[in-house]
Amino acid sequence: MNALIEQFFNLEVMAQAFPFLLKGLGVTILLTLLLTPLGLALGLALALGSSARHRGLRRAVRIWVNGFRGLPPLVLIIIVYSALPFLGLRTPPLMAVVIALWLNSSAYYCEILRAGLGSVPAGQMEAARATGLGRAQALRDVVLPQAVRNVLPDLASNTIELVKGTSLASIIGVSELLHMASNARSVVYNASPITLAALMYLAFLLPSVRLTGWLERRRRGA
Amino acid sequence: MRPILDIQALYKSFGDAEVLKNINLKVGEGEMVFLIGPSGSGKSTLLRCCNRLEEPTSGAIWMDNTNLLAGDTDINRMRQRIGMVFQGFNLYPHMTAEQNVMLALRRVQGKSEAEAREIARRELDRMGLAERFGHYPSQLSGGQQQRVAIARSLALGPRVMLMDEPTSALDPELVGGVLEAMREMKAAGMTMLVVSHEMRFAREAADRVAFMQAGEIVEYGTPAELLAREGGRARAFLGGEH
Repeated sequence: MNALIEQFFNLEVMAQAFPFLLKGLGVTILLTLLLTPLGLALGLALALGSSARHRGLRRAVRIWVNGFRGLPPLVLIIIVYSALPFLGLRTPPLMAVVIALWLNSSAYYCEILRAGLGSVPAGQMEAARATGLGRAQALRDVVLPQAVRNVLPDLASNTIELVKGTSLASIIGVSELLHMASNARSVVYNASPITLAALMYLAFLLPSVRLTGWLERRRRGA
Repeated sequence: MRPILDIQALYKSFGDAEVLKNINLKVGEGEMVFLIGPSGSGKSTLLRCCNRLEEPTSGAIWMDNTNLLAGDTDINRMRQRIGMVFQGFNLYPHMTAEQNVMLALRRVQGKSEAEAREIARRELDRMGLAERFGHYPSQLSGGQQQRVAIARSLALGPRVMLMDEPTSALDPELVGGVLEAMREMKAAGMTMLVVSHEMRFAREAADRVAFMQAGEIVEYGTPAELLAREGGRARAFLGGEH
């Protein structure tokens, strides 16, 4: 029992590691702030493409989305990281992770937004178009706000998954939270930095998890 | 009378099913024309062709010297002059009554916020909704929602109003308020093309009635003419209780 506490809950080690882990958390937050808007934007474009009039475009989007939903994000990260240099692109690991997780998360955001768009009755678009709004205007002002509201809990859940997924970046040496904790562990031969990283993930994500639960309850109430 | 809407040789098919066949109909300025007939006879489709929510297969619809179906017609510009009211109201649920009316004034007609608000309040006031500017659709009765929808269309200054079963989704006690609004619009000179099952209202208020069956207009005339026509199919319909 003492060995377990010594190995995982050594406060002295945690205190030493804390500044490094804080830097790692900064990178994790940076990845989140980059990937959430990027993922949402591409996801929306793909969701709109899924219902495009042009059949070829629709098919291409479906193949793209299903492909990236079917690939494990870790595999995607390694492929992007190791393949880009062959295309003549010398990208830092951080960039490779952003690209890989962008491809992955946007596919999921797409599916959620597609469901959201499908949940808005066709009469909403018709009413807006009948008053002279163009398709893009009607989407922006009438359909999208309702679509997003209908799937807000799912968008929040997916964003939480995305944050957790950034820990995969440690495999190619991006100095995010897990990577920093892993490094600290191998320096001190003690797993307490990993425990501390877990606590920091929880501190960062628990409010969002609770927010998701609240949104969920509100949706059921409405 | 100079027609505002002039529908000529209009055809519409969904796949193999021909739902409108050689429709010819003129709606004169200030006229209220009713489209009546059994369900599935094409009334709503005809109405929805008039602002191209449905694309007709062939034919022409003239309005103010513009063929709405021509390839180079700016349909978004023309739609401001063609109001439409739906059976299910189709108000934007995330906006207040006032915001519902203001949206197209701002986005399509480019009016300032203040000007759009002033017009919205005037139109809602005309519909007897002065106390309801800030209410969301879910806080309004069906009759009130439909009157907000009418205000939303009228605010753009249309030349003609298309009304697709405007009272069919309403509880009986709420129908009167919407019919009253339509009466007032007619008195103010608005041109209207109406799909409705309110036969008593049609007998009283319609200038002309077109009776449709299987995608064709089979009888056309004033309510009195159709009611007087011995053996006419429209007669039984129009003479009904509602």
